[in-house]
Amino acid sequence: MPTIQSFPLGAYVVAANFLGKTPVFALGDGMVALADGVSAEKFQAHSGGLLAAARTWDGDRLITSGDDGRVVAIDPAGKIDTIAEKPKKWIDQLATGPDGVIAFAGGREAYVHFPNGKERTLEHERTVAGLAFAPKGLRLAVARYNGVSLWWIGTDAKPQSLEWKGSHIGVTFSPDGRHVVTAMQENALHGWRVADGGGHMRMSGYPGKVKSISWSVKGRFLATSGAEMAVLWPFHFKDGPMGKQPLQLGARDKTVVTVVACHPTEEVVAIGYKDGMVLAARFGDGDEVVLRKAGESPVTALAWDKTGIRLAFGTEDGEAGIVDLRG
Amino acid sequence: MTETQIPVTVLTGYLGAGKTTLLNRILSENHGKKYAVVVNEFGEIGIDNDLIVESDEEIYEMNNGCVCCTVRGDLIRVVEGLMKRPGGFDGILVETTGLANPAPVAQTFFMDDDVRAKSKLDAVVTVADAKNLLTRLDDAPEAEEQIAFADVVVLNKTDLVSAQQLDAVEKRIREINPHATIHRTERCAIDLTKVLDRGAFDLDRILTLDPEFLEADEHDHDHDHHDHDHDHDHDHHHHDHDHDHHHHPRHDDSVFSVSLRGGTLDPNKFFPWIQQVTQVEGPNILRLKGILSMDRDPDRYVLQGVHMIVEGTHQRPWKDDEKRESRLVFIGRKLNEEALRQSFEACLIAA
Repeated sequence: MPTIQSFPLGAYVVAANFLGKTPVFALGDGMVALADGVSAEKFQAHSGGLLAAARTWDGDRLITSGDDGRVVAIDPAGKIDTIAEKPKKWIDQLATGPDGVIAFAGGREAYVHFPNGKERTLEHERTVAGLAFAPKGLRLAVARYNGVSLWWIGTDAKPQSLEWKGSHIGVTFSPDGRHVVTAMQENALHGWRVADGGGHMRMSGYPGKVKSISWSVKGRFLATSGAEMAVLWPFHFKDGPMGKQPLQLGARDKTVVTVVACHPTEEVVAIGYKDGMVLAARFGDGDEVVLRKAGESPVTALAWDKTGIRLAFGTEDGEAGIVDLRG
Repeated sequence: MTETQIPVTVLTGYLGAGKTTLLNRILSENHGKKYAVVVNEFGEIGIDNDLIVESDEEIYEMNNGCVCCTVRGDLIRVVEGLMKRPGGFDGILVETTGLANPAPVAQTFFMDDDVRAKSKLDAVVTVADAKNLLTRLDDAPEAEEQIAFADVVVLNKTDLVSAQQLDAVEKRIREINPHATIHRTERCAIDLTKVLDRGAFDLDRILTLDPEFLEADEHDHDHDHHDHDHDHDHDHHHHDHDHDHHHHPRHDDSVFSVSLRGGTLDPNKFFPWIQQVTQVEGPNILRLKGILSMDRDPDRYVLQGVHMIVEGTHQRPWKDDEKRESRLVFIGRKLNEEALRQSFEACLIAA
């Protein structure tokens, strides 16, 4: 039996993660909570609201950004370093890259912050609505109105443009670096082949917006929220998911999937729902196990630890916790 | 968890009308409420207790770029961001630029599911400059749209014009939008309860479509000429409403209103009809509102819409002393009044 340890944190959980073994929760009130055993200690990261959070690739620090225009890093001991300050900006987009590179955005400017303190500004005509580094980290994908701009962060070259009409509100690179996929305002995903900007993949049929996406182990499937079940698009075929049926896991009535997180080593996905339930489902046979009973508030964050034994979760009304599969 | 929807007030007005003055009044008044304010650029505002958000007005086209499906993408992001803050806000104020058409702002609160779940449009408040409005209405389509969309018009700078001029301006506003509540002000001095928490898009709060009733209910009665104006209006409504529009020479793109009135409707004819009208005429219809009597239905059916978006509900039972009749008002451009009237009347149950 899995066991659950809960922390009532009292504020919208924007992100959950693990810094090594330490569970960390980024909260909408500008605080970051670090769990130690049965208690959680809060640290003030932002003077206003906290809008986005992402873990560094080495897994040592959590980067957060807020409507106070700051980007900060926090380590497992609670030490907070300011990475950047853009007064009056709402920094609502954030992505981490290799070797400590960080990208963030507020409004039409995206910024790339290098570990040596150097910063590069990438101007866009419309607001930056999503950021993602390529697996090798040399390229940055910026979701914006009518498509994606692919920047080479180390050069001054103009970005490659992936076009598709409409408002793109999130972006991800496939782990093999061959595809870029966006979530759209119109309750759909759109995919491109990076090599030539073609191979348009249209993944639609969602009743709501897709706000959470997660690649399964080895990038075989892209798991998504936004429907009554987790929808997983197969990416292990030559032409991606086109013409293939997606896997549908954890289907439930009268609620929708709000967050998905694929297991780091197994073909298993953790699914969080609007009614607060969390369950894990296996790709092969669709077998499900409930990890958290339905509660009062939508699940807003899910993350596995490196070994895939513990799952951190958080909800809109500030309940956070750790599910331990070893019991 | 019961989800509370935060009321959103949209503040429009042509350049120089006095939007910022009104905004500062709202923010500085001691009402004990906390607002998040979305502005296009940080100006001379900023009150400690409130949160000012600078946001570029970004119009996004959805679903093939139809004018009826434009939304403010930046507002979607701002509302989502605000919802992550604990304690939250009593309300959100969105100040548009002077040249903005209010439709995309309004539509954002209907078309985006997430925004709709967390917030609700309370009212479009338009600040108009009594001295310059008539000129603006002739040369700026945005000024006309702002009046057409308004639930509340704050007719400002009344000290700069004569009583006669003021009446002429108010009359012109009425021609465009017969149902907005008009408040005359100097330097935007107004009781904030007349601007905030209006529930103008709340179907449950659509009480009447009679402008004279709205004004009698809401208006200050301290101007003699004002009362006179009421009577004047009143007369027109009881004669032939059609003739109201023709006092001002209407150019091809003028915004005007079409008021339809009849007895009880056949729902099997009416709903397909209103669907079709809003599909075909959506780009020309800025706002619509209706209080309808449906055949074999004890309830008042109320309706409101923006361009192609139409919402309706059974509101409450007709009262015994209430006249069961159907009223439907369109505000828009290039509307074929005669065709609308005839097709509407074809939906009525024969008396």
